Amino acid sequence: MADVNIKFNGIPYSVPEGITIIEAARLVGVNIPTLCYLKDINEIGACRICVVEVVGQRNLVASCVYPVSDGMEIITNSERVFNSRKHNLQLILSTHDNRCLACVQNGHCELQKICRDFGVDDVNMFDGEINHYEIDDSAEHMYRDNNKCILCRRCVAACEKVQGVSVIGPNERGFNTHIGCAFDQPLGDVACVGCGQCIVVCPTGAISEKDHTKRVWDAIQDPTKHVIVQTAPAIRATIGEMFDYPIGTNVEGKMVSALRRLGFDKIFDTNFGADATIMEEANEFIERLQNGGTLPMITSCSPGWVKFCEHNYPEMIPNLSSCKSPMQMLGAIIKTWYAEQNNIDPKDIFVVGVMPCTAKKFEIGRPDQSASGYPDVDAVLTTRELGHMISRAGIDFRNLPDEDFDNPLGESSGAGTIFGATGGVMEAALRTAAERITGKQASEVDFMEVRGTEGIKEATYNIGGVELNVCVCSGLANARKVLDAVKNGEKKYHFIEVMACPGGCINGGGQPVQPSAVRNFVDLKSLRAMALYSEDMRKSIRKSHENPAIQKLYTTYLGSPGSSKAHRILHTSYVERDKF
Amino acid sequence: MSNCSCIPFKGTKEQQKKLEAAIEKYKDQSGALMPVMQAAQDIYGYLPIEVQKMIASGLNVPLEQVYGISTFYAQFSLSPKGKYAISVCLGTACYVKGSGKIFERLKTVLGIDDGGCTPDGKFSLESCRCIGACGLAPVLTVNEEVYGRLTEDDVDKIIEKYKALD
Ligand code: SF4
Ligand code: SF4
Ligand code: SF4
Ligand code: FES
Ligand code: FES
Repeated sequence: MADVNIKFNGIPYSVPEGITIIEAARLVGVNIPTLCYLKDINEIGACRICVVEVVGQRNLVASCVYPVSDGMEIITNSERVFNSRKHNLQLILSTHDNRCLACVQNGHCELQKICRDFGVDDVNMFDGEINHYEIDDSAEHMYRDNNKCILCRRCVAACEKVQGVSVIGPNERGFNTHIGCAFDQPLGDVACVGCGQCIVVCPTGAISEKDHTKRVWDAIQDPTKHVIVQTAPAIRATIGEMFDYPIGTNVEGKMVSALRRLGFDKIFDTNFGADATIMEEANEFIERLQNGGTLPMITSCSPGWVKFCEHNYPEMIPNLSSCKSPMQMLGAIIKTWYAEQNNIDPKDIFVVGVMPCTAKKFEIGRPDQSASGYPDVDAVLTTRELGHMISRAGIDFRNLPDEDFDNPLGESSGAGTIFGATGGVMEAALRTAAERITGKQASEVDFMEVRGTEGIKEATYNIGGVELNVCVCSGLANARKVLDAVKNGEKKYHFIEVMACPGGCINGGGQPVQPSAVRNFVDLKSLRAMALYSEDMRKSIRKSHENPAIQKLYTTYLGSPGSSKAHRILHTSYVERDKF
Repeated sequence: MSNCSCIPFKGTKEQQKKLEAAIEKYKDQSGALMPVMQAAQDIYGYLPIEVQKMIASGLNVPLEQVYGISTFYAQFSLSPKGKYAISVCLGTACYVKGSGKIFERLKTVLGIDDGGCTPDGKFSLESCRCIGACGLAPVLTVNEEVYGRLTEDDVDKIIEKYKALD
C-alpha cells in the first residue's frame, strides 16, 4: 500500500494510506484517548473524546473514524483539543454516578484516567436531572449498574459482533437511553451466555462479574473446611498482568506461591482436569466414530458455548460431548477420589476454581454437576478477583519464590496446558485419540494446523487410515457460522472444538481488563497463547494419557475411560433453553 | 417505557397470517426490519413481546434489536389502545394553560405512564401535539370525544364517567 505524508503536531511522518488518524498516531508514538472506539467492532465515532484538529477543517474531527490523507496536518495537543475533550468529559459526568471510591473499576477505569489526564476537577459542572437505574444482578455471573454507564456501546458491539448473541442494546431514546435487554428483561432471564466479553471491553465500572471473593475468604477462615483451589490453564499466562508483568508472561510458580500464602490447603491444577477430560473425550469420540454415534462431536468445556448451544441450537445438543468441563471434572475427582483417599467427608471440602471465565460462575450451579452429592465446585474466582485477593492480602507477588502445585492432582501434561488457547483441546484430543486408534505410539505430537488465533480453522488428518475432518472455532459469532454450515450440509466434520471467547480462555471474560489503548493495538490473544505453547514444549509429558497421576486415577479408581463410574463422576447432561 | 405485559396478548390467526405475509414480502431485502415493524404496528395496533418475537424469528434478527427500535421511534407503541383511549394535548397553547398538570393527574389516577394501558384494558393514555383546538386549551380527547377548558378536577369526573360505562 502506498504511503502518505502527514504531520503530527508539526513533525512530518510517512504512514500507510487508508488508515485512520488514530492508527497513524499510534504508529508514530502519539497517544489519543478513546472511550467508544474498539478496533473493528465499535467504530461509531460517538464519544468524541478522540477529537483532534486537522488544519484547514473548521471542526475538530473524531480521529478514530477519520482517515489520513496526503499532506494532512494534525494537531493533537492544542488548547482547543484539550478543552473540547474536557467539555465532553464534563457532559459525560453530568449523568454519571461518580463515586469512584466505591466503584469496582477504581484505579483501572478508562474514564477516570482520561478525566485525570484532562484535569476534570469540576465534576459537577453540568449537574442537572439524572436518571437512577436499578442494578440488574439477575444473572449468575455479572451485574449491570447503568448509573455508571457512559453509553459507549462497546459491550453491545462485543455481544453482537464478537459473540453473535445480541441480548443487549440501546433501549429508548434521548435522555432515557440506556443499555438493556429486550423489554428491559433482567439479563438472567434472556439468552445471555455468561461469557463476560462485554465486561472486558467496558471502559467503566458499569458491568462487572459477581464477586465470589467473600465466600472464598470465609471458607479459608473456616477451620472445619478443607479448602482446595484449582487454577485453569490460562491463569498462569495472564495473572502476571495484574502485577505489571509484560503480557504473555508465564508466572505459574509465583501464582502457586501466592495461593499457598493466601491459605489454601491444597493447590491443584485444572490442567489435571483437562487431562482427565481428554481421556474421556477421546474415548467418547472414538466410540461415536466406531459405533455410528452422533457426529460431529462438539467439545463441551466452555460453559458459555454450552449455554449458547442450548439456547440457539438445541437440536445439536446430541452433538455435544457429555464430558464435564476440566474444572468440574477436577472438582468431582477431588470430592470423590481424593476425599476417599484422604478420609475427608466431601461436605467439608470447599473447592475454588480460578478461571479466566465468568460463565464458570453459572456452570457451578448447573444441574448434574454434583458427583459426590455436593457441588463439584463451590466458588469461582476470575483472574481479576484472584489478583485483588493477592493485593488485599499484602502479598508481594513479584518477589515470591516459584513453587509447585500439590500432588497428585497438580501433575499434568502439556496437552492439558494448551487447553487455554483456541485449538488446544482439539490438539490435546488428537494426541491421545491418534494413539488409541492406531494402537501405536505417535512420534508427532504437534498439530500445527489447529493452532493460531484465527476465528475458524479447519484441518484433515489421516489417522490409522481414517480421514478425520476437524474444525476449531472461537468467538460465538464464528461458532454460528460453523454450526450453520454443518446444519445445511455445506460442511462435514467429525470433530469440532468451540470456545466461546475469541482466542479461547486466554482471552476470556474473566481475564485482566486491558484498556482500549492496549486492546486496540496489541494482539493480546497471540501473546498470551504463546506463554502456553512454550510451556507445552518444555514439558516432558505432552500427552494426557501419559500423565502418571491420570493413569493412577484410572487404575485405582475409575477403571477405564467411559466406564460407568467414569460416567457417573465425569459426565453431565444438557437442557434445551429458550431462544430469546 | 410502560409496557403492559399484564394485558394478555389476544392476537388472532388472521393477524398472524398478515404479519407472516409482510415478513415474507420483505425478508430478502436489506433494511427489512422497519417496514415489517410498521406493518406489525398497523396489524396489531401495538408491538407486544409476542409480536416482536415473531418478527425477530421471521427475519432472523435479535429480539433486542427489534425492541430497541420499537422504543426509539415514537411511531411504535408497546401497549394496546384501551377501550377508551385518552390523549392529552401537550402542544404549546395547552401546555401554557396547564395540560402538563392534567397529564400528570391522569397518570396518577390511572396508575399508568405515557403510552400505557390499564391492566383491565379499559383506559390507555398518551400525549399528543396540537390538535387544532387551541381555543379550548387545555384539551384532551377520549376516543373521538373532545374535552376542553379543563381543570385538574375535571379529570376525575371524566374518568368516573367512563368507568361507569362499561
Ligand atoms: S466508572 Fe470510573 S469514573 Fe465512574 S465511578 Fe467508577 S471508577 Fe469512577
Ligand atoms: S456476558 Fe456475553 S452474552 Fe452476556 S451480555 Fe455479556 S457479551 Fe452478551
Ligand atoms: S456498560 Fe460499559 S461498555 Fe457498555 S455502554 Fe456502558 S460504559 Fe459502555
Ligand atoms: S469518538 Fe473516537 S473514541 Fe469515541
Ligand atoms: S396546543 Fe393543544 S390544541 Fe393546540
